[in-house]
Amino acid sequence: MIGIGHYVTVSSILFVLGVLGIFLNRKNVIILLMAIELILLAVNINLVAFSSYLHDLTGQIFAMFVLTVAAGEAAVGLAILVIYFRDRGTIAVDDVHNLKG
Amino acid sequence: MIQVFAFYLFAALTCIAGAVTILARNPVHSVLWLIVAFFNAAGLMVLAGAEFIAMLLVIVYVGAVAVLFLFVVMMLDIDFAELRAGFIRNFPLGLLLAVVLLVELGVGIGAWSVGGIKLGTPDGTAAVPQGASNIEAIGLLLYSKYLFLFEAAGVLLLVAMVGAIVLTHRKRTGVRGQNVSRQVARRPGEATVNVKPEIGQGVSL
Repeated sequence: MIGIGHYVTVSSILFVLGVLGIFLNRKNVIILLMAIELILLAVNINLVAFSSYLHDLTGQIFAMFVLTVAAGEAAVGLAILVIYFRDRGTIAVDDVHNLKG
Repeated sequence: MIQVFAFYLFAALTCIAGAVTILARNPVHSVLWLIVAFFNAAGLMVLAGAEFIAMLLVIVYVGAVAVLFLFVVMMLDIDFAELRAGFIRNFPLGLLLAVVLLVELGVGIGAWSVGGIKLGTPDGTAAVPQGASNIEAIGLLLYSKYLFLFEAAGVLLLVAMVGAIVLTHRKRTGVRGQNVSRQVARRPGEATVNVKPEIGQGVSL
Protein backbone atom coordinates (compact mmCIF):
# COMPACT_ATOMS: atom_id res chain seq x y z
CA MET A 1 0.00 0.00 0.00
CA ILE A 2 1.08 3.56 -0.62
CA GLY A 3 2.27 5.28 2.54
CA ILE A 4 3.68 8.63 3.52
CA GLY A 5 7.18 7.44 2.66
CA HIS A 6 6.29 7.12 -1.03
CA TYR A 7 4.97 10.68 -1.17
CA VAL A 8 8.00 12.07 0.64
CA THR A 9 10.27 10.22 -1.79
CA VAL A 10 8.52 11.70 -4.81
CA SER A 11 8.66 15.19 -3.35
CA SER A 12 12.35 14.72 -2.50
CA ILE A 13 13.14 13.77 -6.08
CA LEU A 14 11.17 16.74 -7.38
CA PHE A 15 12.92 19.10 -4.94
CA VAL A 16 16.35 17.84 -5.99
CA LEU A 17 15.39 18.22 -9.65
CA GLY A 18 14.49 21.83 -8.93
CA VAL A 19 17.83 22.50 -7.25
CA LEU A 20 19.65 20.80 -10.13
CA GLY A 21 17.71 22.97 -12.58
CA ILE A 22 18.94 26.10 -10.80
CA PHE A 23 22.53 24.90 -11.18
CA LEU A 24 22.25 23.78 -14.79
CA ASN A 25 20.50 26.85 -16.17
CA ARG A 26 22.39 29.60 -14.41
CA LYS A 27 22.01 31.99 -17.34
CA ASN A 28 18.41 31.44 -18.39
CA VAL A 29 16.27 33.18 -15.81
CA ILE A 30 13.03 31.75 -17.23
CA ILE A 31 14.17 28.19 -16.52
CA LEU A 32 15.40 29.39 -13.11
CA LEU A 33 11.89 30.58 -12.26
CA MET A 34 10.47 27.27 -13.48
CA ALA A 35 12.93 25.38 -11.26
CA ILE A 36 11.72 27.45 -8.30
CA GLU A 37 8.15 26.49 -9.21
CA LEU A 38 9.22 22.83 -9.18
CA ILE A 39 10.72 23.25 -5.70
CA LEU A 40 7.52 24.88 -4.44
CA LEU A 41 5.50 22.06 -6.00
CA ALA A 42 7.62 19.53 -4.10
CA VAL A 43 6.94 21.44 -0.89
CA ASN A 44 3.22 21.43 -1.65
CA ILE A 45 3.18 17.67 -2.25
CA ASN A 46 4.94 17.22 1.10
CA LEU A 47 2.45 19.46 2.93
CA VAL A 48 -0.56 17.72 1.42
CA ALA A 49 0.84 14.23 2.03
CA PHE A 50 1.49 14.94 5.71
CA SER A 51 -1.88 16.65 6.07
CA SER A 52 -3.56 13.51 4.74
CA TYR A 53 -1.35 11.23 6.84
CA LEU A 54 -2.00 13.06 10.12
CA HIS A 55 -5.72 13.73 9.39
CA ASP A 56 -5.05 17.41 10.02
CA LEU A 57 -6.06 20.10 7.54
CA THR A 58 -3.39 22.64 8.48
CA GLY A 59 -1.07 21.25 5.81
CA GLN A 60 -3.61 21.79 3.07
CA ILE A 61 -4.29 25.35 4.25
CA PHE A 62 -0.59 26.09 4.16
CA ALA A 63 -0.28 24.48 0.74
CA MET A 64 -2.81 27.08 -0.38
CA PHE A 65 -0.69 29.90 1.03
CA VAL A 66 2.39 28.47 -0.67
CA LEU A 67 0.40 28.46 -3.91
CA THR A 68 -0.51 32.13 -3.36
CA VAL A 69 3.10 33.12 -2.76
CA ALA A 70 4.24 31.11 -5.80
CA ALA A 71 1.72 32.88 -8.03
CA GLY A 72 2.79 36.31 -6.76
CA GLU A 73 6.43 35.42 -7.14
CA ALA A 74 5.95 34.25 -10.72
CA ALA A 75 4.07 37.44 -11.62
CA VAL A 76 6.65 39.82 -10.13
CA GLY A 77 9.59 37.71 -11.37
CA LEU A 78 8.33 37.71 -14.93
CA ALA A 79 7.63 41.45 -14.72
CA ILE A 80 11.24 42.04 -13.65
CA LEU A 81 12.35 39.76 -16.49
CA VAL A 82 10.35 41.76 -19.03
CA ILE A 83 11.77 45.14 -17.95
CA TYR A 84 15.28 43.65 -17.81
CA PHE A 85 14.92 42.36 -21.36
CA ARG A 86 13.56 45.73 -22.48
CA ASP A 87 16.56 47.45 -20.96
CA ARG A 88 19.36 45.09 -22.02
CA GLY A 89 18.03 43.04 -24.93
CA THR A 90 19.05 39.78 -23.25
CA ILE A 91 18.06 37.77 -20.21
CA ALA A 92 21.52 36.38 -19.38
CA VAL A 93 21.53 36.94 -15.64
CA ASP A 94 24.91 35.53 -14.70
CA ASP A 95 26.58 38.91 -15.24
CA VAL A 96 23.99 41.14 -13.64
CA HIS A 97 25.69 43.89 -11.72
CA ASN A 98 23.45 46.87 -12.34
CA LEU A 99 23.07 47.56 -8.63
CA LYS A 100 26.75 47.21 -7.82
CA GLY A 101 28.04 50.50 -6.41
CA MET B 1 -4.48 -2.17 -6.53
CA ILE B 2 -5.66 0.53 -8.90
CA GLN B 3 -4.53 3.12 -6.34
CA VAL B 4 -1.01 1.70 -6.28
CA PHE B 5 -0.89 1.69 -10.07
CA ALA B 6 -2.22 5.26 -10.24
CA PHE B 7 0.29 6.44 -7.65
CA TYR B 8 3.26 4.99 -9.50
CA LEU B 9 1.97 6.37 -12.81
CA PHE B 10 1.54 9.90 -11.43
CA ALA B 11 4.79 9.78 -9.47
CA ALA B 12 6.87 8.56 -12.41
CA LEU B 13 5.32 11.09 -14.79
CA THR B 14 5.85 13.92 -12.28
CA CYS B 15 9.54 13.08 -11.90
CA ILE B 16 10.11 12.59 -15.65
CA ALA B 17 8.30 15.83 -16.48
CA GLY B 18 10.33 17.69 -13.86
CA ALA B 19 13.58 16.32 -15.30
CA VAL B 20 12.65 17.26 -18.87
CA THR B 21 11.60 20.73 -17.67
CA ILE B 22 15.11 21.55 -16.50
CA LEU B 23 16.90 19.73 -19.34
CA ALA B 24 14.88 20.79 -22.40
CA ARG B 25 16.67 22.91 -24.98
CA ASN B 26 13.61 24.90 -25.92
CA PRO B 27 11.99 26.91 -23.07
CA VAL B 28 8.56 26.46 -24.68
CA HIS B 29 9.00 22.70 -24.25
CA SER B 30 10.11 23.37 -20.67
CA VAL B 31 6.86 25.20 -19.94
CA LEU B 32 4.78 22.43 -21.50
CA TRP B 33 6.57 19.77 -19.44
CA LEU B 34 6.08 21.93 -16.35
CA ILE B 35 2.35 21.79 -17.07
CA VAL B 36 2.58 17.98 -17.28
CA ALA B 37 4.37 17.94 -13.91
CA PHE B 38 1.66 20.11 -12.34
CA PHE B 39 -1.13 17.92 -13.70
CA ASN B 40 0.46 14.77 -12.34
CA ALA B 41 1.17 16.38 -8.99
CA ALA B 42 -2.52 17.30 -8.88
CA GLY B 43 -3.26 13.62 -9.51
CA LEU B 44 -1.03 12.67 -6.57
CA MET B 45 -2.91 15.12 -4.36
CA VAL B 46 -6.28 13.65 -5.42
CA LEU B 47 -4.94 10.24 -4.40
CA ALA B 48 -3.98 11.70 -1.02
CA GLY B 49 -7.56 12.93 -0.57
CA ALA B 50 -6.93 16.64 -1.08
CA GLU B 51 -9.25 17.38 -3.99
CA PHE B 52 -9.51 21.11 -3.38
CA ILE B 53 -5.75 21.73 -3.44
CA ALA B 54 -5.48 19.51 -6.53
CA MET B 55 -8.09 21.53 -8.42
CA LEU B 56 -6.48 24.75 -7.18
CA LEU B 57 -3.17 23.51 -8.55
CA VAL B 58 -4.70 22.88 -11.96
CA ILE B 59 -6.51 26.24 -12.04
CA VAL B 60 -3.78 28.46 -10.60
CA TYR B 61 -0.65 26.79 -11.95
CA VAL B 62 -1.79 25.40 -15.29
CA GLY B 63 -4.37 28.06 -15.96
CA ALA B 64 -2.48 31.14 -14.83
CA VAL B 65 1.19 30.70 -13.98
CA ALA B 66 2.13 28.35 -16.81
CA VAL B 67 0.26 30.45 -19.35
CA LEU B 68 2.08 33.53 -18.01
CA PHE B 69 5.40 31.72 -18.49
CA LEU B 70 4.42 30.66 -22.00
CA PHE B 71 3.37 34.21 -22.80
CA VAL B 72 6.68 35.69 -21.65
CA VAL B 73 8.78 32.99 -23.37
CA MET B 74 7.02 33.57 -26.65
CA MET B 75 6.88 37.36 -26.34
CA LEU B 76 10.59 37.94 -25.77
CA ASP B 77 12.86 37.38 -28.74
CA ILE B 78 15.72 35.57 -27.03
CA ASP B 79 18.67 33.62 -28.42
CA PHE B 80 18.34 30.55 -26.24
CA ALA B 81 21.35 28.70 -27.69
CA GLU B 82 23.66 31.36 -26.24
CA LEU B 83 22.07 30.99 -22.83
CA ARG B 84 22.95 27.30 -22.66
CA ALA B 85 26.67 28.01 -22.89
CA GLY B 86 27.44 27.19 -19.25
CA PHE B 87 25.26 24.09 -19.21
CA ILE B 88 28.01 21.47 -19.58
CA ARG B 89 30.42 23.41 -17.35
CA ASN B 90 27.92 23.57 -14.49
CA PHE B 91 26.77 19.99 -14.92
CA PRO B 92 29.28 18.13 -12.68
CA LEU B 93 28.96 20.54 -9.74
CA GLY B 94 25.18 20.62 -10.02
CA LEU B 95 24.93 16.86 -10.24
CA LEU B 96 27.26 16.44 -7.24
CA LEU B 97 25.16 18.80 -5.17
CA ALA B 98 21.95 17.13 -6.28
CA VAL B 99 23.28 13.70 -5.36
CA VAL B 100 24.44 14.94 -1.95
CA LEU B 101 21.03 16.51 -1.33
CA LEU B 102 19.20 13.37 -2.46
CA VAL B 103 21.34 11.13 -0.24
CA GLU B 104 20.69 13.41 2.73
CA LEU B 105 16.96 13.32 2.12
CA GLY B 106 17.15 9.54 1.70
CA VAL B 107 18.96 9.26 5.03
CA GLY B 108 16.23 11.37 6.62
CA ILE B 109 13.43 9.24 5.19
CA GLY B 110 15.29 6.05 6.16
CA ALA B 111 15.81 7.28 9.71
CA TRP B 112 12.11 8.04 9.96
CA SER B 113 11.01 4.68 8.54
CA VAL B 114 13.07 2.69 11.05
CA GLY B 115 11.54 4.74 13.86
CA GLY B 116 14.41 7.06 14.70
CA ILE B 117 12.32 10.20 14.26
CA LYS B 118 8.95 10.80 15.90
CA LEU B 119 6.49 12.95 14.00
CA GLY B 120 4.51 15.48 16.02
CA THR B 121 0.90 14.67 16.71
CA PRO B 122 -1.78 17.18 15.68
CA ASP B 123 -3.54 19.00 18.52
CA GLY B 124 -6.94 18.35 16.96
CA THR B 125 -7.85 21.99 16.29
CA ALA B 126 -7.66 21.38 12.54
CA ALA B 127 -9.04 17.86 12.48
CA VAL B 128 -11.37 16.90 9.63
CA PRO B 129 -14.99 17.20 10.83
CA GLN B 130 -17.04 14.01 10.73
CA GLY B 131 -18.85 13.60 7.43
CA ALA B 132 -17.61 16.84 5.88
CA SER B 133 -16.17 16.86 2.37
CA ASN B 134 -12.65 18.11 1.79
CA ILE B 135 -13.65 21.51 0.45
CA GLU B 136 -16.25 21.97 3.22
CA ALA B 137 -13.68 21.20 5.91
CA ILE B 138 -11.13 23.56 4.38
CA GLY B 139 -13.72 26.30 4.11
CA LEU B 140 -14.73 25.90 7.76
CA LEU B 141 -11.11 26.18 8.86
CA LEU B 142 -10.07 28.91 6.43
CA TYR B 143 -12.86 31.31 7.37
CA SER B 144 -12.45 30.83 11.12
CA LYS B 145 -9.01 30.03 12.41
CA TYR B 146 -7.00 31.23 9.43
CA LEU B 147 -9.19 34.20 8.47
CA PHE B 148 -6.49 36.83 8.96
CA LEU B 149 -3.88 34.78 7.13
CA PHE B 150 -6.39 34.35 4.32
CA GLU B 151 -6.92 38.12 4.15
CA ALA B 152 -3.16 38.63 4.22
CA ALA B 153 -2.83 36.26 1.26
CA GLY B 154 -5.35 38.39 -0.63
CA VAL B 155 -3.39 41.55 0.17
CA LEU B 156 -0.22 39.80 -0.98
CA LEU B 157 -1.79 39.00 -4.34
CA LEU B 158 -2.99 42.60 -4.66
CA VAL B 159 0.53 43.90 -3.94
CA ALA B 160 2.00 41.45 -6.47
CA MET B 161 -0.51 42.60 -9.08
CA VAL B 162 0.16 46.30 -8.46
CA GLY B 163 3.90 45.64 -8.44
CA ALA B 164 3.84 43.79 -11.74
CA ILE B 165 1.79 46.53 -13.37
CA VAL B 166 3.98 49.34 -11.99
CA LEU B 167 7.13 47.54 -13.11
CA THR B 168 6.07 46.88 -16.68
CA HIS B 169 4.00 49.98 -17.35
CA ARG B 170 5.73 52.63 -19.41
CA LYS B 171 4.77 56.18 -20.26
CA ARG B 172 4.89 56.61 -24.01
CA THR B 173 5.78 60.01 -25.41
CA GLY B 174 4.53 61.32 -28.75
CA VAL B 175 1.03 59.91 -28.48
CA ARG B 176 -1.99 62.20 -28.56
CA GLY B 177 -4.27 61.05 -25.81
CA GLN B 178 -7.59 62.51 -24.81
CA ASN B 179 -7.35 65.03 -21.96
CA VAL B 180 -10.82 64.94 -20.50
CA SER B 181 -10.36 67.67 -17.90
CA ARG B 182 -9.07 70.09 -20.51
CA GLN B 183 -12.01 69.32 -22.74
CA VAL B 184 -14.49 69.87 -19.93
CA ALA B 185 -12.80 73.09 -18.77
CA ARG B 186 -12.96 74.64 -22.25
CA ARG B 187 -15.40 77.59 -22.48
CA PRO B 188 -16.94 79.21 -25.58
CA GLY B 189 -15.36 82.57 -24.74
CA GLU B 190 -11.80 81.26 -25.13
CA ALA B 191 -12.57 79.02 -28.07
CA THR B 192 -14.38 81.42 -30.45
CA VAL B 193 -13.88 85.04 -31.38
CA ASN B 194 -16.15 87.45 -33.17
CA VAL B 195 -14.35 89.62 -35.78
CA LYS B 196 -15.39 92.00 -38.53
CA PRO B 197 -12.70 91.87 -41.22
CA GLU B 198 -12.17 94.73 -43.68
CA ILE B 199 -13.03 93.89 -47.28
CA GLY B 200 -9.92 93.03 -49.29
CA GLN B 201 -7.64 92.86 -46.22
CA GLY B 202 -8.00 89.13 -45.50
CA VAL B 203 -8.28 87.66 -42.05
CA SER B 204 -5.66 86.96 -39.43
CA LEU B 205 -5.73 83.49 -37.95
